[in-house]
Amino acid sequence: MIIRWTQLIAGRSRSDEGLVLRARLVRVVLVILAGLSATAAGCQRPAQAADTRTLRVAAAADLKVALADIVAAFQRQNPDVKVEVTYGSSGNFYSQLSSRAPFDLFLSADLDYPRRLIEQGLATPNSEFSYAVGGLVLWVRKASPIPVDKLGIEALLDHSVRRIAIANPRHAPYGRAAEAALKKLGVYENVKDKLVYGENIIQTAQFVESGAADIGLISHSLATAAPLRDEGRSWEVPADSYPALEQGGVILSWAQDRQTAEALRNFILGGSGKEILHRYGFRSSGE
Amino acid sequence: MDFEAIWLSLRLAFFTTLILLVIGLPLAYWLAETRWRLKFLLEAAVALPIILPPTVLGFYILVAIGPQSPFGQGYEAIVGRQLPFSFEGLLLASVIYSFPFAVRPFVAAFSGIERRLIEASWCLGVSQFRTFFRVVCPVSWPGILTGLVLAFAHTLGEFGVVLMVGGNIPGVTRTISIAIYDDVEALNYAKAANTSLLLLGVSFLALSVAYFRPLKGGAI
Repeated sequence: MIIRWTQLIAGRSRSDEGLVLRARLVRVVLVILAGLSATAAGCQRPAQAADTRTLRVAAAADLKVALADIVAAFQRQNPDVKVEVTYGSSGNFYSQLSSRAPFDLFLSADLDYPRRLIEQGLATPNSEFSYAVGGLVLWVRKASPIPVDKLGIEALLDHSVRRIAIANPRHAPYGRAAEAALKKLGVYENVKDKLVYGENIIQTAQFVESGAADIGLISHSLATAAPLRDEGRSWEVPADSYPALEQGGVILSWAQDRQTAEALRNFILGGSGKEILHRYGFRSSGE
Repeated sequence: MDFEAIWLSLRLAFFTTLILLVIGLPLAYWLAETRWRLKFLLEAAVALPIILPPTVLGFYILVAIGPQSPFGQGYEAIVGRQLPFSFEGLLLASVIYSFPFAVRPFVAAFSGIERRLIEASWCLGVSQFRTFFRVVCPVSWPGILTGLVLAFAHTLGEFGVVLMVGGNIPGVTRTISIAIYDDVEALNYAKAANTSLLLLGVSFLALSVAYFRPLKGGAI
């Protein structure tokens, strides 16, 4: 089966050529594997021996810009710590962390996922912390004819609006907030056939930014940060029209360097962390 | 199980395969026969979708068919609808994405034909066009079938491209792989597993058809 497929793709038809091809392929793969394992073995030692400590963070997509600033400030105070951040959808991280993905700190876009991880015994009970409350905005491209700042939620009913992007309400906290706001503000029935769903909040913004969707409900944090800040206009959706987007985090039980992970957590919760989060449109919980 | 998504994926795979049959066969025959010096450039271009990450390919397709692009504007002016987030848009993306999986096996099959058969047909006064359908295609049907089944299966399992240009609309662009991903993300593992099992079964069946050969003669 494999021989035939390789032949077809490679455009050969005689079986001996196929066998030669396969033998050569096997040899190439073996050489590559040998090379990779040698490099991997070589890489591991210096990383462990070196003085710098590495902290791996899994962060919700809406933190994309704000967290980079926080990490930079944190590293100025702790030059010996290297922080590696992976951004993605919180639900996806939850699944990966349930299988013990090698992250030390998880910054989710809601409080639910960290709590579930604790329930599974993957983090210390009651160790979840709330670090920010996200905001929702209506966002259009700069070139859009819709005066979103004047119309507010009515902008969605503008005749030029054909596609409205929101994050997927089934698993993205911002999607759930967007759907709730549309219902609360009484426009859901009128716009539900125009909705398209982004996989996470960044992709939702991408739908609007590329012009494929005319308007979208995205996070305040993305709309107020470069590069989108200069690309469009926004209107803040009233915070009382959707359940608070309280974002929580947790330190995983297998964190290699718990002390450093706690230092970063405290930094985010402390004065300078809060100030940076505020700058990007996050509020503190309880505000 | 999400039957709406399954039906959508089957329709998408069917029409993608059909379009690839219609445009892929003549192109592949031309690629197999031509002695054009720059042919290799076209062959490289045909194979590109194998290499490009699907989400990257999807993003560029989204921009290319969007209302900002001349192509998107032209399509809207003629048809009156937008391409992104529609079945037609998804179909176009799938044809591009699965192109090499149909055309490469076609070219391989055509290249393996005995030249003498074609020339004998011409000498007997049969036109090039009729020779293609009555000699070339029947002789190379295993390769053609392989290409069609690979294109069908590849479209069925397509994920990254659909994620980028689809927008996850039930019944329109929520294909089977998107539905499975959605269920996993929503922590609905049992439903995801059921749908995956069905996808696995259908795909295995399709691939078995592609690789099935009656046992006779052949060295392979």
